[in-house]
Amino acid sequence: METLKIKHTAKSRLAGKKDQAIIGVVASGNLEVLLERVLPDTRCEVDIATTAEGFDDTWKAVVADFVERRSPGGLRISINDGGARPDTVYLRLMQGAALMEAE
Amino acid sequence: MDTNQHGVPATAWRKEKDARGERLEAGGKFARGKMVKPGDATALLEAIIRPGDRLCMEGDNQKQADFLAGALAQADPKTVHDLHIVQSGIVLPEHLDLFEKGIATKLDYSYSGTQGGAVARALNSGKVQLGAIHTYIELFARYFVDLTPHVALTVARAADREGNLYMGPNTEDSPAVVEATAFKQGIVVAQVNEVVDKLPRVDVPGDRIDFVVQSPKPFYVEPLFTRDPAQVTETMILTAMMAIKGIYAEYGVKRLNHGIGFNTAAIELLLPTYADKLGLKGSICTHWALNPHPTLIPAIESGWVEQIHSFGSEVGMDEYMRARPDIYFNGRDGSMGSNRMYCQVAGLYATDLFIGSTLQIDLQGNSSTITQDRIAGFGGAPNMGCDAHGRRHPSDPWLKAGREASDGHPALVRGRKLVVQIIETFSEKMVPTFVEKLDSLNLAEKLKLELAPVMIYGDDVTHIVSEDGIANLLLCRTAEEREQAIRGIAGFTEVGRGRDRKMVERLRERKVIRRPEDLGINPLDVHRSMLAAQSVKDLMRWSGNLYDPPAKFRNW
Amino acid sequence: MMEDTATRAQASWFQATARQRIDGLLDPGSFTEFLGPAERVQSPHLALFDLPAAFDDGVVIGRGTLDGKGVLLAAQEGQFMGGTFGEVSGAKIVGLLRAARDAAGGGNGKDDLPRAVLLLLDSGGVRLQEANAGELAVAEVMRAVVEARSNGVAVVALVGGKSGAFGGAGLTAATCSRIVVSEEGRIGVSGPEVIETNKGVEEFDAANKALVWSVVGGKNRRLIGGADAFAADTMSGFREAAIAVLGKVPPFDLKTLKAEQARLAGRHSKLGGCDDAVGMWKVLGIKNPPAVRDMDEDAFTGIADRLKEANHDAR
Repeated sequence: METLKIKHTAKSRLAGKKDQAIIGVVASGNLEVLLERVLPDTRCEVDIATTAEGFDDTWKAVVADFVERRSPGGLRISINDGGARPDTVYLRLMQGAALMEAE
Repeated sequence: MDTNQHGVPATAWRKEKDARGERLEAGGKFARGKMVKPGDATALLEAIIRPGDRLCMEGDNQKQADFLAGALAQADPKTVHDLHIVQSGIVLPEHLDLFEKGIATKLDYSYSGTQGGAVARALNSGKVQLGAIHTYIELFARYFVDLTPHVALTVARAADREGNLYMGPNTEDSPAVVEATAFKQGIVVAQVNEVVDKLPRVDVPGDRIDFVVQSPKPFYVEPLFTRDPAQVTETMILTAMMAIKGIYAEYGVKRLNHGIGFNTAAIELLLPTYADKLGLKGSICTHWALNPHPTLIPAIESGWVEQIHSFGSEVGMDEYMRARPDIYFNGRDGSMGSNRMYCQVAGLYATDLFIGSTLQIDLQGNSSTITQDRIAGFGGAPNMGCDAHGRRHPSDPWLKAGREASDGHPALVRGRKLVVQIIETFSEKMVPTFVEKLDSLNLAEKLKLELAPVMIYGDDVTHIVSEDGIANLLLCRTAEEREQAIRGIAGFTEVGRGRDRKMVERLRERKVIRRPEDLGINPLDVHRSMLAAQSVKDLMRWSGNLYDPPAKFRNW
Repeated sequence: MMEDTATRAQASWFQATARQRIDGLLDPGSFTEFLGPAERVQSPHLALFDLPAAFDDGVVIGRGTLDGKGVLLAAQEGQFMGGTFGEVSGAKIVGLLRAARDAAGGGNGKDDLPRAVLLLLDSGGVRLQEANAGELAVAEVMRAVVEARSNGVAVVALVGGKSGAFGGAGLTAATCSRIVVSEEGRIGVSGPEVIETNKGVEEFDAANKALVWSVVGGKNRRLIGGADAFAADTMSGFREAAIAVLGKVPPFDLKTLKAEQARLAGRHSKLGGCDDAVGMWKVLGIKNPPAVRDMDEDAFTGIADRLKEANHDAR
């Protein structure tokens, strides 16, 4: 198991009122993403626990792209990963953001 | 001596015919009429085949003349040797046994599927002299020009005593193979499941068939086109939504061919749901050159599809197709009739879009399904996945693509076929799909192939769809733009991370690159419940239980 | 957004996650989770095995309403560690059942809790990495089911997930007031692979998917009385079936237990000699038994609801 913490400054607060959401499950090739609106509006932190070791750079690239495209300010995002591919991780992050934006 | 005015003796015009007579006489010792007992099959083949003959054992990615292939592999290499195998598929272990035993030495073929690894090893060991790896129609074409078989071993569901053959939905390559062989004085042997007094219909006339062997077991057919909806992932659903909204709807694609992958199966399963909600019914996906994909059943049942012509059949689909004569091409007996040669030509000239997936794609858009030590061959995909330069009839999608390619200011209006690659940036095992150099180039160097096996050439590809975006290569004006458009949708692969971010943003502004959010796709809609069928059982139910899934796809 | 309740209601229960099932089963927006993921009540053991934990340890518990009536609910996530019973995941189910028991019994529990518990089972049994704790958890769950029932709580098992209900989950199902199963649902104690390993492939060929499903699958379980209701493999299918069975739960008393004993003894003497499911269906008097396999829900329910063995006042 490997853990990773990534911190970003986001351009703005993620829209919406939901204070919490979870999406995905921990399974082979899948992951769960827990999103909590607990940080200041321009902060975003991502905590990752993953079974796939040695992919730090990929995680950083995925998270950086997500922050750039969605600006998830205010979110603490926690991930339990069962070895998902980057595209699956990215999709879950996008789905999680969409859930947080829902009324 | 009887000669013409140039002094050529009359016998010179009938050497092949005379040789045919000798072969028939030798083979006739093992036959009653045209009927040969299965136990005499090897002896028959030893009698009718001559060293150095060009021989075709019928079989492609679907049906196989497996009994006759096994009988030939038992032949004495002292009698039968140095054959030149000219056939669609090298897919049975017996096919390679022929080379191992010296019965055959030369090979021209098209597809090897699961035997891809063994073919590569055989080439490497020098036991196979390779002519070329063809596409299907290319090989069929050569049957009529310079690779005409001396002997063909065909396969049918049933024969009558005159040798008339009934193939049913698995007509496939047979008409082309048999006609080339029979009309050029070759010998045709048919393996059949049963001999009957009256056939439901005649697919190949008996005067083209010399010998008939009833096989102890029905011929093998691979259910190659059955994709279990349960295996369709959310990433595949996302790319399918992008293709529907960003390409099918955009160009109004009505006439098309789909590859056999899960990504295109996802498109088929989204037509009655997602595409229906977009209001696209009737304006896309009405006319198909396509095998009988079970995953298209929900779209057919919802009234999306007007007609489908097929290369071959699919295991379990017989009764469903029989019950849908307006959709499929069915014979007077009611059963579907396929024809690989006709359907390949249809896919080449009469469709406006081909879409398929691939294992590797490079920075120019060249793609290959060859990785490291496997040669899977081509099959028919390159004939669908290319611009047909001989095409002369216009259609809206074809003209729109042509206008995009010529920057809207053509000196001469010319259309383009839409050739789409739909992929995920990584395969299951985290192997990147986007690469700087195709593995097939390395393999070609290793095996000293004159031509590197490329499935779809980059200059034919018009669009690449990945979960990261759609790259419209028609709108690229320079080689650099093209490379960045491809990098721009290569996700988190090394190729993708090597993108010029500013240039990619400019391409996105010009709609050369379109991301899921640009197409208005909500990530929460990317959900398996969007699929019209979520399992093989659902497909069966959609068909009113007419579709009879093969055992390996049943878990109920 | 293309939110479409019709599509989601038709989503496959078999393929859904525990949370998707809860969304599809209960009245919209009615669910309140206890010990939600943000509390991070997760397995302390998995890290020792270099395995990833889940924020809810693979079990979601809470309360909501079903057709307007209050229910408590526990849903196993079959995709996480095979939905197995571990120390934490087991304790969450036990706690829920005990709360229901106490509330119904007028003890020290909150008496506003509903008198019905739905167990959305999707589990291969005990989590091997937490062996003893998992075994204990199963025993505690079964005891808690029985105690809750004896205090008047209806406990209904819903089985239709990828991991089925095997091992401890199969045992747990057998202690419930009522069992709802779909065609995809499988119920058993020893899984097919375990039987094949111990008794040989001629006893049970675990690789023969069609055989395995026909024996342990939902249709056979329903026909031989191993389940009380048959649900289509959809959210709405389970919702409708759960609403229906909650309306006719037997009392937990000596009469019911004696009836259950008599039912099982009768079934054993009638079907004990059969080699496979089709053989049992024949003995049960079903016309054209092989046709049961491909039959749709309506046709199948028509047969099952008329069969004596499948409809009883026992359990």
